[in-house]
Amino acid sequence: MKVLVPVKRVIDYNVKARVKADQTGVDLANVKMSMNPFCEIAVEEAVRLKEKGVATEVVAVSVGPTQAQETLRTALAMGADRAILVQTDQDLEPLAVAKVLKAIVAEENPELVVMGKQAIDGDNNATGQMLAALLDWPQATFASALEVGGGKAKVTREVDGGLQTIEATLPAVVTADLRLNEPRYASLPNIMKAKKKPLDVKELGSLGVDTGSRLKVVKVTEPPKRAGGIKVETAADLVSKLKNEAGVL
Amino acid sequence: MAVLVIADHDNASLKDATHKTVTAAQKLSGDVDVLVAGTNTAAIAAEAAKIAGVRRVLAAESAELGQGLAEAFEALVVPLMANYDAVLTPATSQGKNISPRIAAKLDVAQISDVVEVVDANTFVRPIYAGNALETVQSSDAKKVITVRPTVFKAAAEGGSAKVETIAAPAAPAKVKFIGQEIVKSARPELSGAKIVVSGGRAMGSAEEFQRVIEPLADKLGAAVGASRAAVDAGYAPNDYQVGQTGKVVAPELYVAIGISGAIQHLAGMKDSKVIVAINKDPDAPIFQVADYGLVADYKAAVPEVMDELSKIGK
Repeated sequence: MKVLVPVKRVIDYNVKARVKADQTGVDLANVKMSMNPFCEIAVEEAVRLKEKGVATEVVAVSVGPTQAQETLRTALAMGADRAILVQTDQDLEPLAVAKVLKAIVAEENPELVVMGKQAIDGDNNATGQMLAALLDWPQATFASALEVGGGKAKVTREVDGGLQTIEATLPAVVTADLRLNEPRYASLPNIMKAKKKPLDVKELGSLGVDTGSRLKVVKVTEPPKRAGGIKVETAADLVSKLKNEAGVL
Repeated sequence: MAVLVIADHDNASLKDATHKTVTAAQKLSGDVDVLVAGTNTAAIAAEAAKIAGVRRVLAAESAELGQGLAEAFEALVVPLMANYDAVLTPATSQGKNISPRIAAKLDVAQISDVVEVVDANTFVRPIYAGNALETVQSSDAKKVITVRPTVFKAAAEGGSAKVETIAAPAAPAKVKFIGQEIVKSARPELSGAKIVVSGGRAMGSAEEFQRVIEPLADKLGAAVGASRAAVDAGYAPNDYQVGQTGKVVAPELYVAIGISGAIQHLAGMKDSKVIVAINKDPDAPIFQVADYGLVADYKAAVPEVMDELSKIGK
């Protein structure tokens, strides 16, 4: 069984995003970039499926600039077998990315797509569901456990107020939530090996997909700052202020 | 132009997020219909009909809709969209599950997690864990929107909309519900609670979390939350998590105990009306957003706060 894992290159999880002074976006110049954390979890899950003998091949795919090759090399170092970069300097919206991924699915014929539930830059939480819709495949979003066998994926999902388990007939799209697994660190030998694994680069234009944007970014601004509060000295002081000053008790 | 709101409910009662989403919808159009899809819809639709300003309530009943299967919602909502120019869903995990699927089928963008409706085509939404706000203008003929309910006021009661039953789609062929574990709690629900008491990694264990955080929450009639660090360490269950990757809350009072205030946590609670932080590290980032900060070890401070609350009759 082939597993396809889409991954995205984003601002590193530990870096605070800063809005550009001209309000055109977030300043990414000279900022550390990494694989989106939810994508790492997806790669880890796919690699574990291979280690368990459930998956036979793990293919990582990214839609992005040349530098996204580094992100794909990370996926390869974690254990993916090969990688595909759909190269573009456009900043594509989730619908466009889903359409590109649909074209890659048509070429690769995976039985399972495992991907992160959201990217920490756009925070849309949409691409996986959109891909499933475009393919008319079932979806299992926000997975915290995944079992694959007998042509089905049994997925435990994080839902409002608890957990839900559903069973999807393959092929299907599964999106990873935080607690699905803890991604491994790639070892140095595996990082070296990853350099020799195949990485195929395609131009976005070669896929013949409509990736036009539907949303125009008017401006990007900083959120309003909270006015600084005060320090209280004692618990008595705190409770008194909450009751008499803030009026919330 | 008419707009559709997909109601948030648990197959028992209507959730407040629906009222808040109606408020966002009313900024787009005066013709707001509410779709109640699931089980026990007659009772829930009757509640939705009471929301002021709602034109019509549509009720569709099936087990699969009640189980929240996205494929069932796609089959139900996509044909309905012939009659609507926009569909709004609260950005709960269920809303996030179903809405993008509907958008893709309509070949339109989803506008995720909207916090402000500027005009019928222009919306503000947080990106980068709330470290930036993006204003976007949509060129799609139909809008598919998820709404961050905590930032909108709940629409008032007092309406008397007509309820219309519509046919539910056939059960989806390729996906099946197996079961669910919903945590039963006597406490208010985290995302709608007026007061939230949250604990962080400083608790050190699940036992300590229960010993310290839960009694204080119960004294205040509050919901219990946790930082991601506390959840990851196993001190608190997953659905307690407040933050970018958990629940976004905006209560009247948010009490953060032993929480340092990582960006990801702040993204989930910084819109609270009043924030209290108790932390022994005076440099903890949580104090930058706290209205009232108490620099103290929670082990001493929480029992004192409990005593003081008792004195004022809590």
